[in-house]
Amino acid sequence: MLNTLTLTEVLGKLKRKEISHAELFADLQKSYAQNEKLNIFLTMNDKLAEDSEAATTKALMGVPLAIKDNFCTTGLRTTASSTVLDTFIPQYDSTVTRRLKEAGAAIQGKTNMDAWAHGSSTETSQYGRTLNPRNPEHLPGGSSGGSAAAVAADMAIAAIGSETAGSIRQPSAWCGTVGLKPTYGRVSRYGVVSMASSTDSPGPITKTVEDAALLLNHIAGHDPYDGTSSTNPVDDYTQALGQSIEGLKIGVIYMDIPGLAEVKSLFEPQLKVFEELGAHVEYAQAMDPNHAIGVYTVVQRSEVSSNLARYDGVRYGNDRSHFGDEAKRRIMLGTYTLSKGYADKYYLLAQKVRTLFLQDFARLFQKYDILVSLTSPGFAKKIGASESSAMFGELEDMLVEPSSITGLPGINVPCYHDPKTNLYLGMNIMAPMWHESEMISVADAFEKHTSWNSWRNAEKQ
Amino acid sequence: MKTQIPVSHIAKLANIPITSDEEQKLQAAFEETLAVVEELQAVDVTDVQPTFQVTGLENVTREDTIDETRMFTQEQALANARATADGYFVVPQIISQD
Amino acid sequence: MTEYQLVCGMEVHAELKTATKMFCGCKNDPFHAPKPNIYTCPVCLGMPGGLPVANRTAIEWTIKLGVALGCKINLFSHFDRKNYFYPDLPKGYQISQYDQPFCYDGKLETEFGPVRIRRIHLEEDTAKLLHKTIDGKKVSLIDFNRSSVPLIEIVTEPDIISPEHAKAYGKTLRQILRFMDIADCDMEQGGMRLEANVSIRPVGEKELPVYKVELKNINSFRFLEKAVAYEMERQARELNEGKTPIQETRGWNDDKGETFTQRVKEDAEDYRYFPDPDLPPLRFTEEQINEWCAELPELPAVRKDRWMADYHIDAKYADVLLDERETADWADQLFAAAAQKQLKVNALANAIVNKKIAVKVGDNADTVLTAFTALHQTDSVDENELLQIIEAVIAENADAVAQYKAGKTQIFGFFMGQVQRRLGKKVDMQVVKNAIERKLQ
Repeated sequence: MLNTLTLTEVLGKLKRKEISHAELFADLQKSYAQNEKLNIFLTMNDKLAEDSEAATTKALMGVPLAIKDNFCTTGLRTTASSTVLDTFIPQYDSTVTRRLKEAGAAIQGKTNMDAWAHGSSTETSQYGRTLNPRNPEHLPGGSSGGSAAAVAADMAIAAIGSETAGSIRQPSAWCGTVGLKPTYGRVSRYGVVSMASSTDSPGPITKTVEDAALLLNHIAGHDPYDGTSSTNPVDDYTQALGQSIEGLKIGVIYMDIPGLAEVKSLFEPQLKVFEELGAHVEYAQAMDPNHAIGVYTVVQRSEVSSNLARYDGVRYGNDRSHFGDEAKRRIMLGTYTLSKGYADKYYLLAQKVRTLFLQDFARLFQKYDILVSLTSPGFAKKIGASESSAMFGELEDMLVEPSSITGLPGINVPCYHDPKTNLYLGMNIMAPMWHESEMISVADAFEKHTSWNSWRNAEKQ
Repeated sequence: MKTQIPVSHIAKLANIPITSDEEQKLQAAFEETLAVVEELQAVDVTDVQPTFQVTGLENVTREDTIDETRMFTQEQALANARATADGYFVVPQIISQD
Repeated sequence: MTEYQLVCGMEVHAELKTATKMFCGCKNDPFHAPKPNIYTCPVCLGMPGGLPVANRTAIEWTIKLGVALGCKINLFSHFDRKNYFYPDLPKGYQISQYDQPFCYDGKLETEFGPVRIRRIHLEEDTAKLLHKTIDGKKVSLIDFNRSSVPLIEIVTEPDIISPEHAKAYGKTLRQILRFMDIADCDMEQGGMRLEANVSIRPVGEKELPVYKVELKNINSFRFLEKAVAYEMERQARELNEGKTPIQETRGWNDDKGETFTQRVKEDAEDYRYFPDPDLPPLRFTEEQINEWCAELPELPAVRKDRWMADYHIDAKYADVLLDERETADWADQLFAAAAQKQLKVNALANAIVNKKIAVKVGDNADTVLTAFTALHQTDSVDENELLQIIEAVIAENADAVAQYKAGKTQIFGFFMGQVQRRLGKKVDMQVVKNAIERKLQ
């Protein structure tokens, strides 16, 4: 079935004319039957065939991509999974989708997410939760749960997501896919529904590290429409594939966090691969990630309370009574943490602790080239789990929040598979800002020298 | 340590309509969240400067030249509005004008 | 009866005449737009994913104004979000500046005394609201052409001591803005908006009053002067009755000749200012500020002083000619040329201002000076011809000569008239006068 191919494989086969677009679309079409149950896609592009046809001579050869529904796409409904935007059809493209289209990708459809990206489960979507294709009694994670699930279910060849604090890496971990969060400022935020302006990072969610590197090439780079985007030159990230990691110094962090007992014993043996490949692996002490929860909670809610003020139903969409519970909570708490008398106590303090995290990572990267941790403290949780606590998302994302609030790049690769539940654990590989290439080399090496990737090792599974 | 948030005042500031039922639920949710946030108070931030942006960028500005490519036609601007009249967006009038 | 003195500060907003808006590349031309909502984009319409990028020219002009007003410049500055909800504010927040405005601590001189400038900052304008009734319902129509146009805000200390002082401050500020060609300040269109914070205290009292009344939506200097004067009286009445005037916003009703309540402020609004995470901070160097300083034009007040000193121009002519930069520069060139030719510069100024000669701004100096001298054009007079005529007149009017020599000096005019009639052409009076005087000795 052609929909089980990776992006790189599809491009190769199209180029060599071994397969046709029509065949690819036909197989993808068959996979859509799962959507009824899994609730992955919210909107499909009914002009997909034409869009694809028009792009076949370009680099991405008209291959379809699934796009998280917080990216504005011209003429294609964009909801951020909230009924506030139920009727919103953008008259413009986000820079990311525009660049992908210019590179020859076709938009397959818009994927489900936690409404407004507020969450780590995709359960807060106002269009119903998405189920984890690996095990539908479980959640796919979030907020890019739809994109991760689309890839995991082979309903998409590759997808685009966004991360504010774990929203690319965590659902990738729970769905057993690759998820790459670039350095903050590496990829333009223009046209992406703003969540926490100071940490939002669009990025690819793919079947392999190779696919992620390829897509990153097309979306990374300065954008004059985004004042926080960097003018640093963009590497050719595909050059980082297949590189030796011999001599690289890898620091493993967060292993002493309480509550990891279940998965620690499954994760730790995976680190041997790096040593076998010649890298030096060492456990390292990092600043307590619990503090990152506090920082992220305040910063995110403060910024989002302001970013969501524009949604009043006048120029587009529906009025503010349509906000779901989670959105209301976050907007109001953010209003509170910025309010008179409290801004110093909360907002300013959070930004100071953020500085401490920056300093801590700077210290760690003096000693190590790469840092590694678990992405998520456990396997994908069961349906309904997010309703257990108002702080569900933050607690789940604790291990990735420090790198999110400091703008570091990080990539999730599957690092363990439980045959009983069919669920995955993910490894979070982090690098200093702008060092995506090193990170990709390490992730690629791990993927190629282990059997956890379900596409690379299709025969073995 | 429980922190009491003036929920209805905040709802007004945030322009979010809530019922008194919701007010109670929100109060509980806020307490839970703030309990987590409170632990930040224990962190020593003496002489630490706040970081508002991690990029370190400065002086990002644009030239004063018109960008035709991004400007909407009137039709495009109004395309998603719920109510329009003669090229304007329409809203019910607010009593206190400024 | 207690005598009160005015304690007044002003806040003026002026739209900058940049080609584009403050945070996007949309055309900045709200006043002449043929239709509503034709100069918008995802950014100034507050659409999902819209991001601001600051207009460099607007920042430069703001700093130049600061320098022109003797302000200190914040070498490190940033933009903040001012959060509140109103239909004319598409993002639900206005990008402005809170604790690090570009300029602070300046001073503006007026004929009624100086006014200290507390701060000058840059922000974005709101959309325009029109109130109408459609199908029996009261609605507001919103036009976003004006949304996000660069707006400069100038705040003074409460140094204004009279209604005339307030008016002079406003007018001088407007003159400077127009002179620097950074704002047109069209009062009727709202290109310049005046606000005054008015309170009064007993004469001699040094403490600031505990209250202040905000006067808003005043779009002319005349109204400003009247409104401030009215407020002084109204507040005096209240204070004399033992009441403290309510802290509120009031407008001016010119028909009734009184101010009226627009809005009562309960608590101060909580705008929850925080640095805008989408806009990196600005950092300037002293060199850069000096460069911008050097580019400043000679300001109206300075030029006026120079004209009065060098050319003895009447203040009233200077004011008219200094209203617009183009006119002022043109006039300056003319005056220099006229002075070189030893023409009477003030007379030239008079001729231009009172339209005694048909010239327009931009006409070259030669054209103008020719037209000017033609006004007082005199033909040249042959000295011999003149002498002959004078001798003839003296010979024929022996009584008049006798009267003149006896002390009746007024009769001189008779001789002037006779000579001129016989000359039959317009000649330089001074030459004729001198010649007749010599002859009558």
